[in-house]
Amino acid sequence: MSDIPIGPTATARQQRLETADGTPLKSALARASRRQKLRALALVAPLALFIIVTFVLPIGQMLLRSVNNTQFSDNMPALVQWFAENPPGIDPDEAAFAALVSDLRNGAAQRTVGSVGTRINYEVPGTRSLFTATARRAADLEPPYREALLEVNSDWAREDIWAAMRGASQAYTANFYLAAVDRKRDLDGNIVQSDPQNRVYVQLFLRTFMLSGVITLICLLLGFPVAHLLATLPLRKSNLLMILVLLPFWTSLLVRTTSWIVLLQGQGVVNNVLVALGVIGDDGRLALMYNQAGTIIAMTHVLLPFMILPLYSVMKTIPPSYARAARSLGATSWTTFRRIYLPQTIPGIGAGSILVFILAMGYYITPALVGGATGQLISNQIAFHMQNSLNWSLAAALAALLLGAVLLLYWVYDRLVGIDNMKLG
Amino acid sequence: MNIRTMLCSTACLALMAGASTAQEVTVLGWGGDYARSQIEAYHKPFTEETGIRVISVDADNPATPLKAMVEAGNVTVDVAVIEYADAVRLCDEGLLEVIDTSILEPAPDGTPAEDDFLPGTLTECMVGTDVFSTIFAYDATRFPDNPPTTIADFFDTDNFPGKRGVRRNAKATLEMALMADGVPAEEVYDLLETQEGVERAFAKLDTIKGDIVWWEAGAQPPQLLADGEVAMTIAWNGRIFNAAVGEGKPFEIVWDGQVYEPEGLAIPVGAPNMEEALQFVAFATRAESLARAAEWISYGPTRRSAAPLVGVFQVDGETEMGPNLPTSEENMTNALASSYEFWVDRDAELNERFNAWLLAN
Amino acid sequence: MVRAGHDDGFVVFDHVQKSYDGETLVVKDLDLSIGKGEFLTMLGPSGSGKTTCLMMLAGFETATHGDIRLAGRPINHIPPHRRGIGMVFQNYALFPHMTVGENLSFPLEVRRMSRSDREAKVMRALDMVQMGQFVNRRPAQLSGGQQQRIALARALVFEPELVLMDEPLGALDKQLREHMQFEIKHLHDRLGVTVVYVTHDQGEALTMSDRIAVFNDGRIQQLAPPQVLYERPDNSFVAQFIGENNRLEGVVEQLGPDRCTVRLTNGEIIDAAPVNVRGAGERTVISIRPERVEFMPERLPPGAHTLEAEVLEFIYMGDMFRTRLRVAGSDNFVIKSRNSAGQARLRPGETLRIGWLAEDCRALDAA
Repeated sequence: MSDIPIGPTATARQQRLETADGTPLKSALARASRRQKLRALALVAPLALFIIVTFVLPIGQMLLRSVNNTQFSDNMPALVQWFAENPPGIDPDEAAFAALVSDLRNGAAQRTVGSVGTRINYEVPGTRSLFTATARRAADLEPPYREALLEVNSDWAREDIWAAMRGASQAYTANFYLAAVDRKRDLDGNIVQSDPQNRVYVQLFLRTFMLSGVITLICLLLGFPVAHLLATLPLRKSNLLMILVLLPFWTSLLVRTTSWIVLLQGQGVVNNVLVALGVIGDDGRLALMYNQAGTIIAMTHVLLPFMILPLYSVMKTIPPSYARAARSLGATSWTTFRRIYLPQTIPGIGAGSILVFILAMGYYITPALVGGATGQLISNQIAFHMQNSLNWSLAAALAALLLGAVLLLYWVYDRLVGIDNMKLG
Repeated sequence: MNIRTMLCSTACLALMAGASTAQEVTVLGWGGDYARSQIEAYHKPFTEETGIRVISVDADNPATPLKAMVEAGNVTVDVAVIEYADAVRLCDEGLLEVIDTSILEPAPDGTPAEDDFLPGTLTECMVGTDVFSTIFAYDATRFPDNPPTTIADFFDTDNFPGKRGVRRNAKATLEMALMADGVPAEEVYDLLETQEGVERAFAKLDTIKGDIVWWEAGAQPPQLLADGEVAMTIAWNGRIFNAAVGEGKPFEIVWDGQVYEPEGLAIPVGAPNMEEALQFVAFATRAESLARAAEWISYGPTRRSAAPLVGVFQVDGETEMGPNLPTSEENMTNALASSYEFWVDRDAELNERFNAWLLAN
Repeated sequence: MVRAGHDDGFVVFDHVQKSYDGETLVVKDLDLSIGKGEFLTMLGPSGSGKTTCLMMLAGFETATHGDIRLAGRPINHIPPHRRGIGMVFQNYALFPHMTVGENLSFPLEVRRMSRSDREAKVMRALDMVQMGQFVNRRPAQLSGGQQQRIALARALVFEPELVLMDEPLGALDKQLREHMQFEIKHLHDRLGVTVVYVTHDQGEALTMSDRIAVFNDGRIQQLAPPQVLYERPDNSFVAQFIGENNRLEGVVEQLGPDRCTVRLTNGEIIDAAPVNVRGAGERTVISIRPERVEFMPERLPPGAHTLEAEVLEFIYMGDMFRTRLRVAGSDNFVIKSRNSAGQARLRPGETLRIGWLAEDCRALDAA
């Protein structure tokens, strides 16, 4: 010990280790590893960028669109200002009508009044043409504007329209989410249920969960033995079986769906065979298509590989010695399956089920073609609002709820099984 | 040809293509037979006459990508083929260019374009090219003695037994239900504006609800008929025509109670080749071009002067197209022009109502 | 080929044959009788049929022909879970989703034993392998040696009369393996269970077994206690497989009842004990253990033959010296000598004469 110099330099050295040439060890290490980190970053950068551009940004935009709609607030500045200055409860005065007319004039000139009308139409059906028709005549209107507007269309006195405009004057709104769960605001701003004949989304969400659950269960029941065979057969036979499992991936979704139609429809192969065999009468043909049964059958077929593959990858790693050990310890083959094999396949069951369930919730081509009236899912409504009604905010709200349901599912799974206890492949 | 000349000519072509990048126009269509009719009647002759290349791209409904493109400020198409209601809606939202009708060519006899087009087929932002129709069709072998003739027969399963194919959509379905219930065409939309009218339409639909096979894609109804799944089906007239004439299926169209709708060409705001796009629109909406398109698909031309120019079906070379077009006079006796004003106002509401009705079994 | 068929054996293989593909026999006409309480090891290279025999005994494979009897009753058609045989697997096969306690409790649960009985038995079995404090751990939280003990305890907890072990120590490092060998042996002595043990490690087999069945090519080549097997191998396969061995080829020159002389390929003559040679003039392979070679000929009895040898290599191995020699044309002749005080250290290049006691060298078949 005595040959170690004790002094200020020594303590400094002890606190801050240095390399041979005197640079602090920490910064030397940082410099040495920085290049490696940069290189690793450069390798993942293209993928990260790709995901951000094609996935994160669009989803973010979608979520934003579901709560943010500027169609009204951007195009009706004067009226927005009047709403800002006059709290709710004040009836629209002449100034409000003047602001409305000035905005409609601008809207007609800028051709933005269609957007404005569309936005209010979401809240009060049948009002879009009120805006577009009034805007066409806005240039000729003379004060007093209240009377002038009411003369054009007496609907301008309607409280619900003014309440809707006040609501839409805020870009941020929860109304699309309300609509997505069959709720709306009444005149006083309270949240109430939609009229019974217009309640559709909650029921569709429930049906979507129910059908997805049924499809997942069927996939599990059908896929489990197949996956087990795949994992235990000799390589050559299991390769052949694997090709059969993957075969559906090689044909387009539409072709597969169409073949199911050919097989299952009233005059289809299955029914014809059953009639020919005398199992059913010609007038008692089974309704296997254009209903829930059609959706379940076709989607189970489409999604089966997504159940089999994770199951297979888990089962492959379970050595046969476990089952042998259990048998040698006195367990029957059923007990061995239930107590030893099944618990070990849970990561695969979990991964496969979550995968199938989530994919099933988002499917829309197959149910659109084979689902008839009763086999429709919420995704068909999202597609409708994306493509037909062009109400993208409502589509976004519905999609966001679906996304939320998926995340909730992950959370529940994490609580029940543990998310790290999931093996996708 | 030896390698060197081939290389040279490839390079020369590439150079030429590079030099003429401005000389092209991208048209966003619907694909299938409909796009084929436009390629044959518009694209090819246009390139022949002007040397401007036409790039044809397809979408399920061009209005959807169009809206996305313009809102994102990244417009890659110059001309889009869109439905009337979408054209009006997108036009009101400022997503489409206003097309000055003065660019359109007069009829062969000199009638100005504005007078030559059928009423309602020229809008601010869309120049109509054709009229398609929602009709109902039946399998002639199922009704050999007593074929259905009116829209009311479609809802009469006692006298005309069998399943019915109906599009899973409120639009056109509700109108046809009212017409079948005896409402004259001109009163349909006034009635549908009212709660009673909507109730009446759904009540009519209720009478055949258990017999309906719902369809979604336009290709389904002819297939449903061919497979014997349904005895009659609501369909788009072009699809039935193709199956009947093109494939010799025993399908007959009932024009009574048809709901027709124009569609046409529109230019998105920010189209990269504006000049060429206008040129293309003017060319494609000549009477001759429209008549030629009607020889490829059974959608009626939007110009009066085009009707006499329509000849035989180009695919089989013999079927007269005139009687098979929604716009021909004998097919228009009880016809309803689809109202865009009504549907842009009521689309969301009636869709919800329609789906709620579907859910209530 | 030795047949050891005691009819009174606890485990009896009676003319058992096994084929997987219907064309080749993996096990060819096996007769074997194992006494109650015996520790029998099946030893052999991979593919020799030893594991198949074990699997047939456990019930995971069925015999293509012949009978297997346990305590006098044929068990060919009894499913594995009703045979009551404990088994320890190569990779332990501890159920990863169960704790140690649950693993041990499993065979008792399926036997519908009461909870208190189970707990008592589990603790007793764990204490037996000194693992009592690990009852609530998962297998993945244990070291290889600890897992091995648990697997052992699990195979014993339901008190089977027969325990099968399929290369149970294969995954352990050398030191742990040697330690576990003694522990298993002590357990066997203490509990008196019958053990059938499969391994390809001859050291393990020699250390632990009462008897060893050496398998090759679907047959038992020799069935004998370790000492006999090592010192008096019946044929050249056994001689070669068990322990280190020097082989020299030659022809029997003179054959007596308990000794013979062999003329090696280079013409030198040496003494050996005849094992399975039948007459003079027959080709033979003589087999001599490295530690039985004497390189100080003056210690040999008078009249013993010696061979000339050249030292090629000298390797210091701590407790032993290992010297490689060229003898009668073979470059692979090895001798071992203890590192005792005054022991000679041979240098490469040195020539010397070596020899051995006739009874240490065995003239075997020339296969």
